[in-house]
Amino acid sequence: MKLTPTPGQTVGPFFGYALPYAGGEALVDRSHPSAVRLHGTVYDGDGVPVPDALLEIWQPDEHGAISRQPGSLHRDGYTFTGWGRAAVDGAGHYSFTTLEPGSTGPEVAPYVLVTIFARGLMDRLFTRAYLPSEPATLERDPLLSSVPAERRHTLLASRESDGSLRFDIHFQGEDETVFLTYPNTPQFTGPVD
Amino acid sequence: MAEKNTDPDAAVLSQAEIDTEIAAIHAEYRAQRDAGAPVETNARLNFPPYRSSLLRHPTKSLHHADPEDIELHSPAFGHRDVSALESDLTIQHNGEPIGERIIVTGRVIDGDGRAVAGQLVEMWQANAAGRYMHKRDQHPAPLDPNFTGVGRTLTGPDGEYSFTTIKPAPYPWKNHNNAWRSAHIHFSLFGTDFTQRIVTQMYFPGDPIFALDPIYQSITDQAARDRLVATYDHSVSQHEWNTGYRWDIVLSGSNRTWAEQEEEH
Ligand SMILES: [Fe+2]
Repeated sequence: MKLTPTPGQTVGPFFGYALPYAGGEALVDRSHPSAVRLHGTVYDGDGVPVPDALLEIWQPDEHGAISRQPGSLHRDGYTFTGWGRAAVDGAGHYSFTTLEPGSTGPEVAPYVLVTIFARGLMDRLFTRAYLPSEPATLERDPLLSSVPAERRHTLLASRESDGSLRFDIHFQGEDETVFLTYPNTPQFTGPVD
Repeated sequence: MAEKNTDPDAAVLSQAEIDTEIAAIHAEYRAQRDAGAPVETNARLNFPPYRSSLLRHPTKSLHHADPEDIELHSPAFGHRDVSALESDLTIQHNGEPIGERIIVTGRVIDGDGRAVAGQLVEMWQANAAGRYMHKRDQHPAPLDPNFTGVGRTLTGPDGEYSFTTIKPAPYPWKNHNNAWRSAHIHFSLFGTDFTQRIVTQMYFPGDPIFALDPIYQSITDQAARDRLVATYDHSVSQHEWNTGYRWDIVLSGSNRTWAEQEEEH
């Protein structure tokens, strides 16, 4: 890497009239035969829901193919673009309507890439919401197998009785979500516990 | 940290107390640098002078991940997503917005110096009185019926972007008593890899509030902070029309190998 990246800054409190858009949370229509709801709540270090967070998801389709099609901001109702954006509601809850992603590699367990922005959060955070899968599939996954066993559950979406996928995010606390950093993407947290 | 008041509406601390906290963190960083610690090129997630960060930063180190295919790609945006008119924030209503008309322009490149072409750039900002068109902004400054303060564009083949807008004013917030934000424009950017995704803020040169603003100061390194400050560029100013600012944005390096980059061509 030759150049030093521009730093990030918080999304602040007033993104609500600028970043969310109609249809942002619906990667497919609810009537799609394979439509699934991916939803959850964002919590702060006191376990209180965060009412001013924004989430983005980015994922392959059910066959593991990555869309190269534009149209995420003005969906045509037919094209799966793989990307969506949703603000949480006043109770810190977000919801997407999407497809369950396929795997992108022989060892890779299927997951949805999740990005979190919030007032009070100085820079975006990445995490992965893995689909509930066979234990052998999860154990083989290069990332999951590198995460300490006691924290692995924070990366797993759970299947609700209504068929939806539940994925909560905890900035801190006993169930603090495993947030990710990548080789060429430096991020400085400041002092950690 | 439990003794600190994390209520964003409390506004109990003075500016002097916040300044002291910022100075202590920066002094510690400089001492660590002198002892050989690496440069901090990003904002700190755990930055107590920004009170809202106390309960919203991860307390554990970020987990190192090798990017998979999805992280090495980004969503595609095109002209069905963004209209050419969306980059001019002064023509979205029937009349001219109040304030200093400016053009903010620059290039989006990645850490390897490659232009980020055809990607989405979003921005939003307060108006010339420091007020957002957001229902929860309670600052008693006037709304401008001719200014919404939201723009979008796609970068050109050389990574270039340009917005025509109004210079935003500083505005008060509730971090501490008499707290003011430096004037800024929020920016949201995508790269060729999703790992390059960034939301940030652009500032204006010489802002007297810089030293007092814990969000700006959450970047402990002066050279890194400077990367968020646009420069006045008279070649962007236009005769009897607008003043001009230039701000280039460098995304982090692509995590793809060179061969993977070439496949996109
Ligand atoms: Fe702002």
